Amino acid sequence: MRRSLGAKIMVTTLAASLATSLVAACGSDSGDDGPIELTFWSWAPEIEQVVDAWNADNPDIKVTLSKQAGGGDIVTKLLTANQAGNPPDLAQVEYQSLPTLVSNDVLADIADLAGDAQSAFAEGVWQQVTLGTDAVYAIPQDAGPMMLYYRADLFEQFGLTVPTTWNEFAQTARDLRAQTTDHYLTTFSANDPGWFAGLAQQAGAAWWAIDGEAWRVTVDDPATRQVAEFWGGLVTEDVVDDQPMYTPEWNQALNDGTLLAWPSAIWGPGVLAGNAADTEGRWEMAPLPQWTAGANVTGNWGGSSTGVTEKSPHREAAVKFATWMNTDPAATELLVRESAIYPAARDAQTGPALADPPAFFANQPDFYALAQEIADTAAGFTWGPNVNVTYQTYMDSFAAAITDGTPFVDAVAAMQTATVGDMRDNGFSIAE
Amino acid sequence: MPVAVRTRSGGRRGRRTAVPYVFLTPAVALFVLTFLLPIGYAVYLSLRKVQVSGLGLGRGSRTEVFAGLANYRAALADPTLLTGALRVFGYGALLVPVMLGLALLFALLLDRPRVGLQRVSRIAIFLPYAVPAVIASLLWGFLYLPATSPLNDTLDWLGGPQPDLLGTGTVFYAVVNIALWGGVGFNMIVLFTALRAIPPELYESARIDGCSELQIAWRIKIPLLTPALVMTTVFTMIATLQVFSEPMTLRPLTNSISSTWTPLMKIYRDAFATDDRYAAAATSVIVALVTLVLSFGFLRLVQRRAFGQER
Repeated sequence: MRRSLGAKIMVTTLAASLATSLVAACGSDSGDDGPIELTFWSWAPEIEQVVDAWNADNPDIKVTLSKQAGGGDIVTKLLTANQAGNPPDLAQVEYQSLPTLVSNDVLADIADLAGDAQSAFAEGVWQQVTLGTDAVYAIPQDAGPMMLYYRADLFEQFGLTVPTTWNEFAQTARDLRAQTTDHYLTTFSANDPGWFAGLAQQAGAAWWAIDGEAWRVTVDDPATRQVAEFWGGLVTEDVVDDQPMYTPEWNQALNDGTLLAWPSAIWGPGVLAGNAADTEGRWEMAPLPQWTAGANVTGNWGGSSTGVTEKSPHREAAVKFATWMNTDPAATELLVRESAIYPAARDAQTGPALADPPAFFANQPDFYALAQEIADTAAGFTWGPNVNVTYQTYMDSFAAAITDGTPFVDAVAAMQTATVGDMRDNGFSIAE
Repeated sequence: MPVAVRTRSGGRRGRRTAVPYVFLTPAVALFVLTFLLPIGYAVYLSLRKVQVSGLGLGRGSRTEVFAGLANYRAALADPTLLTGALRVFGYGALLVPVMLGLALLFALLLDRPRVGLQRVSRIAIFLPYAVPAVIASLLWGFLYLPATSPLNDTLDWLGGPQPDLLGTGTVFYAVVNIALWGGVGFNMIVLFTALRAIPPELYESARIDGCSELQIAWRIKIPLLTPALVMTTVFTMIATLQVFSEPMTLRPLTNSISSTWTPLMKIYRDAFATDDRYAAAATSVIVALVTLVLSFGFLRLVQRRAFGQER
């Protein structure tokens, strides 16, 4: 008697809630539960403007923004919040952190809800959110296609031409050093694993791959070794500097022209404007030099996506917001103008917000047109579940290689050993 | 008095004995909550590990399991921990004597009769202690980096060599220098205060006996300062074993400092860079034990000498 009453109540409730959700799905607003509430963690500057725009147009799905510290910090915080049982519904996540968060049950596979979004993005970008599987773990937000920034005035002064291949790049570095000991073409930074990963992607590296039910780990693949050998040679020859980037000394070197070029990413102008303010209008951007003459490939340095959490009770609404934010023309224009990001969505890359070059590059009117051509050529990449270990080993082993004068390829081997060792210790299946 | 008698004779013995515990409760609660519990949790974590199955991408593919002493074995077998520990011992062997020597020297100089600008010098020597270690390291980082260093500018102007103060051979001394700059003032103040507590009659009688200021310092002040010197030595030793902020802040500026340069940096790396809280907990427990043994060992060693008269 009692049990059947309970069952009856349950069925009624289920039916009612089904009906409500059906009605809601049909777009009518008859539910009296109030709007769906979503929380969103992000570190992008001024992203509240994008959230406000959504809330103004979508009274039935209310998004509440919570500003977070960027990059690695948000990962630690998401892991902790997930363990405590109260993660947000949505979070901004760097591409290389996605597998870590998926592996910790923080992010959900949203392939069934977000599969259609794929067409909005370049292939290389999309691969970073699928790990090369059928799953979709986030919607891409911004991309970091790599390009070469160089001091046009100093190139002219020293009679250098912009290198189109890495061989030419090496020769340019030598030609410069033959003329002066006060300048370097650029520096090799043991402090920026994301930079090295981008350069390796361009050479065709595949550090992780999913092979059935096991990971294939090849951080020391031929492409990566080639990149390491190339830079190691230049550092040993002393035609490229070996000091880390993002130090007061590096800022000074960019500002006073000690360094003539910087292989960097699309967000480079912002960094140059902040760290080398005196050099406005003297830089130009070109595609990254190529490994094979006539080829057209680049890698990504940085970039982030919007993920939906496994514990979110409103997955569908969350995906709807994430897709809108990262693909809708009005939303991406706000992202570009207010948050100063380079959108991952292809259409947004030619949007009105990117018609003019960055102020620091006013001398190069076709900056963003060229940037989009480059962005389209970004190689895909599958990130693994312990990128943090690989990155940490990069910093230590390349720094040691520089100070001890040992071969850079040994540092790559150390990255491979540490990555595989850590995965093995944790119990991941690894294909031999 | 009558109150005490009445309480004692009254039948409220239980309440009386409870009173001190009531007063102790807040302190004990704080001690347990902020000290014992975290330590216990760290010990617990150090015996655990993560176990992933398959790709680690599906739901529930990652569980926490008991690891026994595996984390301790791994930590002790890691050569970088030993290298870091030896580096820290070398750092302490250089830093502690120099720091306390300078602090003692300054304290004695300031304690001499008729010192000009005593108050100003005292504050000037103490002031660096008020600068947080991270800020101090950033400032020194600017002074060390060849491109921004005024030292290098001056040497360049004089046509001298261009030393890299953050190079492999020099970075160790660069870190010692920051700690020295920040720590001398504090120890100087402690020693100076202890000096002020020595009865001036002693100096007076020494002078009557024909003691020079130097002899007073050597034969009276320093022996009487021994307890304070022992205390500052223990504090400095503990601070030395915990060296972290200075090398951590300098690390991004140079290739010469690895992420495991000191044991605490290794703990930080494990906990926050490579997300292995279990390894970090095990190393923490080891470092805490070593610190405990060393500081108590030193105390035992010097106790009789320093506090002999109190026994």
